[in-house]
Amino acid sequence: MKAKVGIDERGLRHDGRRPDEMRPVSMKVGVLANASGSALVEFGKTKVLAAVYGPREPQQRFMVLPEKAILRVRYHMAPFSTTERKSPAPSRREVELSKVIREALEDVVITSEYPRTVIDVFVEVLQADGGTRAAGITAASLALADAGLPMKALVASVAVGKIAGALVLDVDEAEDSVGEADMPVAAAPDLGLITLFQLNGVLTEEEVQRGLSMALRAIEQLVAMEKTVLKQSYEVVEE
Amino acid sequence: MSVTPFRLPVIPALKRQSYLSLYKRGVRDDGRSIRSPRQVEIKVGVLDKAEGSALVKLGNTQVLAGVKVEVTSPFKDSPNQGVLVVHAENVPLASPIFEPGPPDENAIELARVIDRSLREVKAVDLGSLVIRPGEKVWNVWVDIYVLDHDGNLFDASMLAAMAALMNADLPDYEELETGEISLRRGVGGRKIKVDHMVVTVTTAKVGSYIIVDPNFEEEVISDYRLVLAFDEKLRIVGAQKTGSGGMKLEELQEAIKVSKEAAQIYFKVLEQARGGS
Amino acid sequence: MMKAYGQIALPGDRLEQRVEAERPFVMEVGGEKVATVVGIISQREGKAYFVPLKSIYVPKVWDVVIGLVESVSAASWMVDINSPYQALLYAQDFLGRSFNPSTDDLYQILKPGEYVKAKVVAFDKTRSPLLSVQGEGLGRFIKGAVIDVPPARIPRIIGKKRSMTSLLEEKTGCSVFPAVNGRVHVDCPSPELEAIAIMAIRLIERESHTAGLTERVAKFIEEERRRRGI
Repeated sequence: MKAKVGIDERGLRHDGRRPDEMRPVSMKVGVLANASGSALVEFGKTKVLAAVYGPREPQQRFMVLPEKAILRVRYHMAPFSTTERKSPAPSRREVELSKVIREALEDVVITSEYPRTVIDVFVEVLQADGGTRAAGITAASLALADAGLPMKALVASVAVGKIAGALVLDVDEAEDSVGEADMPVAAAPDLGLITLFQLNGVLTEEEVQRGLSMALRAIEQLVAMEKTVLKQSYEVVEE
Repeated sequence: MSVTPFRLPVIPALKRQSYLSLYKRGVRDDGRSIRSPRQVEIKVGVLDKAEGSALVKLGNTQVLAGVKVEVTSPFKDSPNQGVLVVHAENVPLASPIFEPGPPDENAIELARVIDRSLREVKAVDLGSLVIRPGEKVWNVWVDIYVLDHDGNLFDASMLAAMAALMNADLPDYEELETGEISLRRGVGGRKIKVDHMVVTVTTAKVGSYIIVDPNFEEEVISDYRLVLAFDEKLRIVGAQKTGSGGMKLEELQEAIKVSKEAAQIYFKVLEQARGGS
Repeated sequence: MMKAYGQIALPGDRLEQRVEAERPFVMEVGGEKVATVVGIISQREGKAYFVPLKSIYVPKVWDVVIGLVESVSAASWMVDINSPYQALLYAQDFLGRSFNPSTDDLYQILKPGEYVKAKVVAFDKTRSPLLSVQGEGLGRFIKGAVIDVPPARIPRIIGKKRSMTSLLEEKTGCSVFPAVNGRVHVDCPSPELEAIAIMAIRLIERESHTAGLTERVAKFIEEERRRRGI
């Protein structure tokens, strides 16, 4: 029988995690041949693919800025990514998430180097088990770096949730469905900047602060992991 | 697909400078402090056909919210709950930057942030919107209509949505032999049960300043905005950073502090609107 | 901490002030030098250089590039130069004389799919890069092969004072032209030698930042030739 979703008497979650523990994280870069850069990121069963195309001149020539590249982001869920088939038509949720993901990346990509171009970031959720935007932002950051686009810093993201009165890191779908709050955070630790901040639910100011430090600690580790993975994508002989 | 805004109006550099030099003295171009919202005015019951309505003026920003109700079947996973839907339209007459067409990402974000902030704290008692459990429930539509955009659509829309909900009546109805529900629109039944009041407070980071309730120009020159939703106990019931700039932790802490103060001003106006309706 | 050439730096990493680098690979962020792409810090003669491992080619005036003709318009060709910006080559420039639209059929002169070696003669933030084939050795490639490599690898394929390219040419008998935009043209005495030259370039591409590369490339070509009996 499945463990009850919450926190048990040992202080552990339904899948045996401590409150401040992430699911197993996996990151791979350069997973697609056609894209300028790509990455596959998994947070537990959540599996998200990101690809970057460009900078390139857009088909619609009016869609440019004279001083910098435009970032275009699409967050999209594959129809088979959810328990019930998800219609491939973009939902309102996907429209909003595309926007906040774009905004989570805009401040770190040095777009001023490529005026009059567009940089496309495609985020495809292949399997959704909670934390898809967080895994998506992490994958997008890796894909941008893999594309060789200059970035002031790398970005990663994780959500903090509140279940059974306790703050927990990296909520999965089961926890999210019974959760009292969900607070996705993205940050660029090298810049000390929070680039995405949302709260869906009810928290006290103290919980917001505590949840944030929980998220920021995890994000630091995720960015360190991004760096390791990027490094490993090159056979650099350090001598 | 979300695209970097590429058709924003140009704010003269001198205007930006003059905003910043005003902030340095703690004030704004209209004389208010950097921590104060603009003059707020709420009129409720401004429409007869809608079950509830409110017109909010926040400075020059005007938002009209209308509540319409319908009878519907409940969702399978919540047979004993009514349905609340928030929708927002950036009507083209409200601003030269709005285009006709389906809601864009800004309108969708606006509606979803308001929807979440109401939903999570259970501002509306969905359990009270049941006509026949598992079969017939009320579907409450809150349609937010932005009429004049001079910045801070979030706060104005939330005030309008709240005021319209508090003003809304569920019409009398009759259960027909077929099981169908026949409404007597316009014949006052009972009020929608609103258990919590929610406001959002939007702050913007401009230069090195955190300002409350940005006008449109201030929004354009800001790095980002932070929308914080509060209930009457000043618990945080929703949040959204919007805009491309990154936010420092200290800025968030300062924004929470100043937003709590501004929230109390909005609550006062909302109380008055409730009492006056 | 390991010193010396080969130390990796990642986007967001702070670098010592003495590290020399080009924009945009290293930029000032909050008063500090920060790597913006994956690269290595290479130490040579007491100096430290940031070498990007991946880069995007942005044209500079006087760069000699290898362009792929993509389409033909009224009085010019649109040329892909492996850059965010598509380049323009005017018919008048290519023909070296004034162009007469009623008698000159551009499509017959230079077809989509053909490669040209051209120099960038104009480019700024407001205009597409403009190419010219007026100059020695410039123009359409009529033989040989062009291979794509990451632009960041081109400096290694060229080598110090063209040493690597000279080695390739000497050992294979091919003429080798590595263009800054990430394309290499090889023109060889035989298809076998062309195959060997391309394999050698791929080897440089793969192992571009490892020590003793020149020796390995020389050995590789010699062994391939011996194995194939050429």
